[in-house]
Amino acid sequence: MSVTVDQIRVPAPVGCGERPVLKERGQHEVFCGLTGIMWLHRKIQDAFFLIVGSRTCAHLMQSAAGVMIFAEPRFGTAIMDERDLAGIADMHDELDDVVEKLLARRPEIRLLFLVGSCPSEVIKFDLGKAAQRLSVRHSPDVRILNYSGSGIETTFTQGEDACLASLVPTLPAEPENAPAELMVVGALPDVVEDQFSRLFQQMGIGAARFLPARLADDMPPVGPNTFFLLAQPFLTETARELEDRGATLIQAPFPLGAEGTTAWLKAAADAFGVDDATFESVVAAPRERAQRAVEKLQPALEGKSVFFFPDSQLEIPLARFLSAELGMVPSEVGTPYLNKRLVAPDLNALPEGVQVSEGQDVDIQLDRCRAERPDITVCGLGLANPLEVEGLTTKWSIELVFTPIQGYEQAGDLAELFARPLNRRTRLEV
Amino acid sequence: MQLTVWTYEGPPHVGAMRVATAMTDLHYVLHAPQGDTYADLLFTMIERRKARPPVTYTTFQARDLGADTSQLFMDAARDAQARFQPAAMIVGASCTGELIQDDPGGLSKTLGLPCPVIPLELPSYSKKENWGASETFYQLVRTIAPHGPDKSDQGRPSCNIIGPTALGFRHRDDVREIVGLLEVMGIDVNVVAPLDASVHDLLLLKQADFNVCLYPETGLIACQWLKRSFRQEFTKTVPIGVGATGDFMREVAALTGISDEEIEALISEQEVRLPWYSRSIDSTYLTGKRVFLFGDATHVIAMARVAAEEMGYEVVGLGTYSREFARDVREAGERHGVEALITDDYLEVEAKIAELQPELVLGSQMERHIAKRLGLPCAVISSPVHVQDFPARYSPQMGFEGANVLFDTLVHPLTMGLEEHLLHMFRDDFEFNDEAGPSHLGHGSARAPVKTEPQNEADAATIAPTDTALRWTVEGEAELKKIPFFVRGKARRNTERYATERGLAEISLETLYEAKSHFSR
Repeated sequence: MSVTVDQIRVPAPVGCGERPVLKERGQHEVFCGLTGIMWLHRKIQDAFFLIVGSRTCAHLMQSAAGVMIFAEPRFGTAIMDERDLAGIADMHDELDDVVEKLLARRPEIRLLFLVGSCPSEVIKFDLGKAAQRLSVRHSPDVRILNYSGSGIETTFTQGEDACLASLVPTLPAEPENAPAELMVVGALPDVVEDQFSRLFQQMGIGAARFLPARLADDMPPVGPNTFFLLAQPFLTETARELEDRGATLIQAPFPLGAEGTTAWLKAAADAFGVDDATFESVVAAPRERAQRAVEKLQPALEGKSVFFFPDSQLEIPLARFLSAELGMVPSEVGTPYLNKRLVAPDLNALPEGVQVSEGQDVDIQLDRCRAERPDITVCGLGLANPLEVEGLTTKWSIELVFTPIQGYEQAGDLAELFARPLNRRTRLEV
Repeated sequence: MQLTVWTYEGPPHVGAMRVATAMTDLHYVLHAPQGDTYADLLFTMIERRKARPPVTYTTFQARDLGADTSQLFMDAARDAQARFQPAAMIVGASCTGELIQDDPGGLSKTLGLPCPVIPLELPSYSKKENWGASETFYQLVRTIAPHGPDKSDQGRPSCNIIGPTALGFRHRDDVREIVGLLEVMGIDVNVVAPLDASVHDLLLLKQADFNVCLYPETGLIACQWLKRSFRQEFTKTVPIGVGATGDFMREVAALTGISDEEIEALISEQEVRLPWYSRSIDSTYLTGKRVFLFGDATHVIAMARVAAEEMGYEVVGLGTYSREFARDVREAGERHGVEALITDDYLEVEAKIAELQPELVLGSQMERHIAKRLGLPCAVISSPVHVQDFPARYSPQMGFEGANVLFDTLVHPLTMGLEEHLLHMFRDDFEFNDEAGPSHLGHGSARAPVKTEPQNEADAATIAPTDTALRWTVEGEAELKKIPFFVRGKARRNTERYATERGLAEISLETLYEAKSHFSR
């Protein structure tokens, strides 16, 4: 079925009710945006991510996720040294040489991201200029883009946002009268992407396009005929860039759990005029599977309290899933950045009395967490073991970013991620 | 500007963190952006430490840069002191903090904090982690130690153990082993630092007769200063391996007036299994195994001696990323008749290993990955570390128990004696073949490396013919495949060299055996 743009019905976005948000500015214990490269470089199979930074950046990349399993990953760091900073070496010349060597070594690379870091941003090293210059030199074999993953501007998943936002202006334009097209935005595991693809096909929406695509030359076109669903809540800049290209956001809860996934799919189905009977026939079976998988874990999780330290911006949608679908009780839900427009549907579904906090002052937040003694604490890798020592059960938040959790078929896995630490506690007799 | 994927050492402020985290009541205020907090997980996840490192990061953001980042630093320092009440503080900047030039040392002076504050200058764009640890500890010692009480006369000789840190390779167990060894020799251990030391302990350093420099990478500069300032001699031998442990005991004896006879008697009394295990008949197959070593200077130098003198291996190459100790490693290379590789570029290390085709690699986690890709056995003997390098069991590298551990470590990755013979005899056995890896390592050790990326150059060196002008006949190629994996790469290279030197365009079965006979030892 081909739908014209004026047939699309996107409801006006909902706002958030009045909910007090605790805003904190103190020590942040969160990764910087460079960390996003760990999944992005696997997602876009012919892209290379070159960090222009320091030894710290390189050390972060190999320490943070233990990614040394890859024979030769498609990322690297151009480490600035004294000569660069003292002006003895021209940094642009040096960078050109590094890129030259890199592309000679990796001829299969079609898309190169120059990724800014804290030190490159502080010295105002102009990567935009470098990308333009290098694009000319290496065109048409390699496209070269830039974005900043620096910790002074981006927190953890905001790195993906910055990366995708840098891609949007380069997406091909769609002609005025092109039929309406659905775009799903945000890196998803391939298996999840394929599941969503099949569901949209079965509903008759047609071939949904995904950003980022798996190959640099397959990036989806964009235009006023593009209607997009966000698969991840942290894509503030990307959404804005897409809107600048004329695309329209379909606001929805995020596709976590049976209900979240249904609402997310339904938002697209409604926009594209899929009738209820068709929608039901497509989602009934997988929704039922998801409900069964989640219900199985409900006895272990129902009534348990959960405390989120800020990490990935997935915290609000996750808290919605845990409270609405598993009966868990969120106490504090911390997020590094609260984009009310994007998370409104999930935020509105949180029960009254849940403390939402934005930003961090880690020592004070730890005091609150210790005072509350939640049944499960979702936190970063640096905090988990020390909290376990204090008798708190923790869940590494990074696992929620590295694991397929979206969609019907993963709903049970997502619940299981929270059930497992509790289950482990009950097994151990030592 | 240097392109790198993996790095052997972190930045110097991570070295400072290793010292601060090792100690019990020191706090580190680091002028750094939020991303730098990743370093906490090195200690809480990799080393499984039970507390967060005693580090406060200012986590300044872009919007602070135009405003007042120095105020941010001062607030963080004041709050950290009030919350953690440390006995002393160290202050400094990470790589980004260094660029904004806020002078943490000067700023903290103006705060008038009620504890000593030691400023650190750790140049992030020229120095690295071990240097940072060494410099931090040296600054602590030279600031604090002079204020301690002078040496009082004691009955027994005493020493300090200098150098162990948090996140060190087996430091926890090495210290226990060496403390025990010194105890056997009748020597008191005055202070161990920085591992588990308090700031007050540093005041007592002067009380010892001499220092044991356990890890030169982190402790040598402090030991040299203590010698200059308080005339404390320090030991030069790192007690890794049976021979070196004996030499260490002799060195300590000379420093403390224990007679030659006494110390030789004491050394011969110590229980150690390595010498007998190495002499036992089962170990014959270890003879002349070609081994390549890479890691920090201390472990590479010591382990090369163990490999050659105590295991009967042949050292075919060694190297280090510790540029500060390049000279010592070069000398060690000369002793073993090889040229040392001094580099922090893992691609160079990989190329060297691919070229040498050793039968065993002793290295860090980086070499473990390289060896896995090249299908070579490997044991980890040095930092950089991984969660697996902090075993639950007692597992020192130093002293006599350390030597026992090393025997196991250096033998475990290899295919065992009789198994190796059987692999030679029945190469085509469908379930018992060399692709399966040593049988005692289970399925996880399957030889064929999983390829997640296109073959890199180093792989190409072992798999593809090195000279494309040469052609292998079908029979030649088939026969080559019957040669066990651990010598196949070498056999291919030798045969091709033999053919090239003789101007042959084709390598037949005959050429293969001609070359084998030509190159046989």
